[in-house]
Amino acid sequence: MKVLVAVKRVVDYNVKVRPKADGSDVDTANVKMSINPFCEIAVEEAVRLKEKGVASEIVVVSMGPKQCQEQIRTALALGADRGIQVETDAELQPLAVAKCLKAIVEKEEPQLVILGKQSIDGDNNQTGQMLAALTGMGQGTFASEVNVEGESVKVTREIDGGLQTVELTLPAVVTTDLRLNEPRYASLPNIMKAKRKPLDVTTPDELGVDIAPRTKTLKVEPPAERQAGIKVADVAELVEKLKSEAKVI
Amino acid sequence: MSILVIAEHDNAELKGATLNTIAAAKAIGGDIDVLVVGSGCGAVAEAAAKVDGVSKVLVADNAAYEHQLGENTGKLVADLGKNYSHVLAAATTTGKNMLPRAAALLDVQPISDIIAVESPDTFKRPVYAGNVIATVQSSDAIKVASVRTTAFDPVAAEGGSAAVETVDIVDDAHVSKFVGEELAESDRPELTAASVVISGGRGMGNGENFEMLYKVADKLGAAVGASRAAVDAGFVPNDMQVGQTGKIVAPDLYIAVGISGAIQHLAGMKDSKVIVAINKDEEAPIFSVADYGLVADLFDAVPELETKL
Repeated sequence: MKVLVAVKRVVDYNVKVRPKADGSDVDTANVKMSINPFCEIAVEEAVRLKEKGVASEIVVVSMGPKQCQEQIRTALALGADRGIQVETDAELQPLAVAKCLKAIVEKEEPQLVILGKQSIDGDNNQTGQMLAALTGMGQGTFASEVNVEGESVKVTREIDGGLQTVELTLPAVVTTDLRLNEPRYASLPNIMKAKRKPLDVTTPDELGVDIAPRTKTLKVEPPAERQAGIKVADVAELVEKLKSEAKVI
Repeated sequence: MSILVIAEHDNAELKGATLNTIAAAKAIGGDIDVLVVGSGCGAVAEAAAKVDGVSKVLVADNAAYEHQLGENTGKLVADLGKNYSHVLAAATTTGKNMLPRAAALLDVQPISDIIAVESPDTFKRPVYAGNVIATVQSSDAIKVASVRTTAFDPVAAEGGSAAVETVDIVDDAHVSKFVGEELAESDRPELTAASVVISGGRGMGNGENFEMLYKVADKLGAAVGASRAAVDAGFVPNDMQVGQTGKIVAPDLYIAVGISGAIQHLAGMKDSKVIVAINKDEEAPIFSVADYGLVADLFDAVPELETKL
């Protein structure tokens, strides 16, 4: 079966971003960009499905400016077979991304679509659920285990109270949580090979999708800073302070 | 304006997160209706009707909604939500699973994890793991938002007397099935609702050592949490994780034990009223947000803390 994986280019998780001085946006000039960690887990899961003989082809898609081809190549080096870039320099919000993905799903007809549960820049946690809604597919969100069994997929989900397992009819959408797997590192030969794998470029226009933003960011600012308090000498002083000063125990 | 709040519940009781979500609805202003979607959830609807500030409770009680599968509840919320100016749900795993699905069906770009209401169409929300707060304005006709519950003080659970109306719409997409659940059993309070939380990090060394924290927790009536490092290392299960990608907590007292204080952990607990850090590394970033810091070996300090409480 064919598996479609969506990946996003984001500011690397080691970079501490700051708002620009005018508060218009975050400062992303000259910072390291990477594949979103949750998306990397999605790619890894697809590759494992292929290694198990469940998946026959892995198509990886990313949206954004020319540079997001780097993240597609990263996914190809990890084991995906071919890439699709939806090229645009415009701001893309999750609803627009879900609509573009829907158009690609209609063309490619994958049996499984795997996405990260959220990106570490916008922290929205929306795209997978919205793609599932628009295509009428079932959704296995926040997955920590994925098992394809015949015409369905069993997904164990990380929920607030523990774990929940659901069974979805294929085709279905899965979004990954952190503990689904540990992504491998791409080997140098595979990085070289990835450069020759096919990568098609399309646009939201060609897909017939209106990507006009629905929300506007008016301002970005740093969060309220919390002041460091005092150091206590020992446990006795700590208990004393909590009782008489903070009055919380 | 009219606001539809989706109740957080387990078919037996109305969860506290609903009260925080209603508080966010009050900050927007307008009539507040609460939707209870479940199966055998009559008691939840009755509890919701008593909540202060609620005009009407809608209850959709059907076997198709028993496990609140997003495919079914999302469709129902979209069907009902089109009659409202706002649709809100708590940013719990249930809310995060269902709400974007409903929003897509309404052709709305939802706003996740709001922490403040600036006006009926403008909200604040954290991005980049809480390193940045964005003020976001929606141009959609219906505003769909999930609410970070710790940012809003709960409304009173009593004092209201809303009418309860039955909703007969049954949305069953037949694409998903509940198989099973493994829920953590604990006599301690729920992590997100506890007034005291004690959390352990990588410094705990292994899962057995968390026993020390449980003992302190039992003396304080506290919940026990963990950092992502401790969860990833397999010390404790994932539902104990406090942080940007885990649970967001804001108790009166948060005790961080053997936790260095990675930004993604701080994002999950820095709104706690009083923070205590116990760590042997005096340079650990956790001390920069702690009200009381104790530089000590946790294996000495935690048992001593237990005896002194």
